[in-house]
Amino acid sequence: MSMDVKMAWRNIWRNPRRTVLTISAIAFASMLLVFMLSFQFGSYDTMINSSVKIHTGHIQVQAEGYQDKQSMHLVVPDPEAVGAILKRTPEVDAYTFRAKAFSLVSSKDRTYGAMVIGIDPAMEAGVSRLKSSIREGSYLSESDPNPVMGQALVGRLLARNLQVGLGDELVVLGQGRDGSVAATVIEVGGIYSSGLDEFDRSSIHVPLKLFQEVFSMGGAVHEVVAVGNFLKDVPKIKKATRNGIKKTAGKHSLVVLDWEELMPGLRQAIEMDLISGLIFYLILILVVAFSILNTFLMAIFERTREFGVLMAIGTTPGRLTKLLLIESLSITMIGIATGIFLGCLITWYFQIHGIEISGTSELLSQFGISGRLYPKLSLLSAAIGPAMVLVITFLAALYPALKVRGLRPVEAMAHI
Amino acid sequence: MYLQIAWRNIWRNPRRTTVIMLAVIIGVWNMIFLGALQRGTEDGMIKNGISTLTGHIQIHHKGYRNDPVIENSITDPDKVKTVLDTVLPPEAIWAPRVRVNAVVSNARHTSGATLVGIDPEQEAGVSFIGQAVTQGRYLKPDDVHGIVVGKALVDKFETKIGHKLVLMSQSVDGEIASRAFRIIGIFRAEMRATEKQFVFVTRPAAQKMLKLGNGISEVSILLSDHRNNSHVAAGLKAELSSEAYEVDTWQDLLPLLMAYLKLSDGFIYIWYVVVFIAMGFGIVNTTLMAVFERMREFGLLKSLGMKPRKIIGEVLLESFFLLITGTAIGNILAFLSVFALSDCGIDLSALAAGAEYVGISRILYPVLQVKDIIMANLVVLVLGLLVSLYPAVKAARFTPVEALAHT
Repeated sequence: MSMDVKMAWRNIWRNPRRTVLTISAIAFASMLLVFMLSFQFGSYDTMINSSVKIHTGHIQVQAEGYQDKQSMHLVVPDPEAVGAILKRTPEVDAYTFRAKAFSLVSSKDRTYGAMVIGIDPAMEAGVSRLKSSIREGSYLSESDPNPVMGQALVGRLLARNLQVGLGDELVVLGQGRDGSVAATVIEVGGIYSSGLDEFDRSSIHVPLKLFQEVFSMGGAVHEVVAVGNFLKDVPKIKKATRNGIKKTAGKHSLVVLDWEELMPGLRQAIEMDLISGLIFYLILILVVAFSILNTFLMAIFERTREFGVLMAIGTTPGRLTKLLLIESLSITMIGIATGIFLGCLITWYFQIHGIEISGTSELLSQFGISGRLYPKLSLLSAAIGPAMVLVITFLAALYPALKVRGLRPVEAMAHI
Repeated sequence: MYLQIAWRNIWRNPRRTTVIMLAVIIGVWNMIFLGALQRGTEDGMIKNGISTLTGHIQIHHKGYRNDPVIENSITDPDKVKTVLDTVLPPEAIWAPRVRVNAVVSNARHTSGATLVGIDPEQEAGVSFIGQAVTQGRYLKPDDVHGIVVGKALVDKFETKIGHKLVLMSQSVDGEIASRAFRIIGIFRAEMRATEKQFVFVTRPAAQKMLKLGNGISEVSILLSDHRNNSHVAAGLKAELSSEAYEVDTWQDLLPLLMAYLKLSDGFIYIWYVVVFIAMGFGIVNTTLMAVFERMREFGLLKSLGMKPRKIIGEVLLESFFLLITGTAIGNILAFLSVFALSDCGIDLSALAAGAEYVGISRILYPVLQVKDIIMANLVVLVLGLLVSLYPAVKAARFTPVEALAHT
């Protein structure tokens, strides 16, 4: 074996220029794939975490059917019990309660329909970015400074449409959980801009206590929202929560939804991007494979005589195949190793500094991402691309390696 | 004669030439075909954006775009109509609309929506709604209480055709106007968000509910082609004073889409270069092999007095033949693939929610654009010749004596 390896190694350096070019082609493809896949994975993480942080959370506990119908009547009657389960789960970073009702919101001379969301100010700050997206005024304080009138946070676009500023009054008119008329007057305490236009155009936030009072909710809420420490913990949290709910409150039909179920579009968009990316990469590797196939083929065109001699002195065809495969595999391996190394270097650089693609900030903000994208190097992203390259180049190398078996020593030696 | 020699030379080793040509063919095919798919995605997005009540050009009362309320309505639609009749090219069509934010409710549910008052016949040609009604029927000009709503809204409201919906919105006098409508038709749209957002009634019904008199919110204009709308928009701007009216093209109205289109152009061309680099290594390598094999031949030519310049030309000519044959076949294959998909497209229904999330159509049709085809071919030919210069110069530098001694 060791002699074969030695021979193969010397053979591939018989024409250094050609070998270097071939290695470069493989390295280029591997490097590009490592970077692109890391970039894709990184953007997915950013997309998921940003969307999750605007509002949705990683996990929500809701009454069954609420996700589709958003009906006022489908409530989580005892949120504290669910909260206790979440608190016991170590992977959960934070959780909060929310209640929502679609209502008419009127300013002095404008009326719009909007989603009124009741939040617990302190708990909400741990789950969503709402607190840090306040652009004017201040976040809701835990102790209500104005006992006469509740404070509200209003989305930037809704505030513009309603033509209200800080301190202005809004009348909220909706329907309570029991069917009664729910009406109250609130004061604009803060204006937020999440970057997601749809959200900023259609929502206002009020303290949960006020909401429960006005909409006759009792102690009930519509959503228990939790975020985990890491995205990968989500399945664990989901399972723990589901088991916990089963034990405590069997009679209520509560469901546990993860971000994929809460935002099915996001997951499918990621799948779509990944699939189309893989198709692109596969075709790219195919182009690379064909452009290096010639190097491998040359082995038998140029060295026919040599193989003839080797066979004449007793080398078996199997050994020749092995020799050729070792040659092409060494070239591929050097290329892939160089590619992975360079790819990791580039990815690592951008992972620290981020990538800013000009003209995308507006576009990205619609997905909840602000500014730069960061690639994320992982074992998977560094391995998938080069593995694809390895498989396809191996297939390309197989053809000449098998072809050599058909050589006849006498004819081969007569070949010039 | 040079041409003939070059052509014969590249076929001296047919297998090698075929292999590298395959790399070029796959590369070119992939550039043009994937480029066409990307353009198809864009076209789907544009078509969708335009037909979802945007049109190619819109006219509003000044201030409506920033503050889409009933106060910012066009109060003298007749004047606009006169201008439209004189300025618009004959093949253009347009429709007036009342469009306000409203609250839709029934006994169980309440939700926000956009109330659109339309002239059914005129509107049918301009936006998607004319062909989108799948259950019940489309609006008739004299429907006073009929409303057409989206499938998603019907599902959410747990209602059906024949049932009532109450619409509330602010009327001209600042009061809350509310009025009950009966669902007569259900429409389907590319996006579920569209189905949830828009509810359609007749223009007179909306005007009466909102006490709008003869006023309208917007005029949407559709031209024969979405690309050449700027001069028509300029003509309209000249006629309608900017004090009272806003004239916007779809490019102004859909800024996100425009941002995406710009980005997409960049991606396509970067991709072209990436694919080229992948095959560039092969082109250099193969040409180098071909050149080194023929060292003796070049040495001989040189000793017979052939100028180095001519040798460079000869090698480049061979590369050129290789590239042009490869690109030609690649082009043909790409056209065939696009043609094969032009009828049924690529169905993304399995990922419909994802398609909607990023705003693309459920069915993707590839679209060939001349500038992409030219660009792809230019990249391959020009850069291909450029990298072939390296082996060509190598060949020209062989010294006759050494080269002839080479076996």
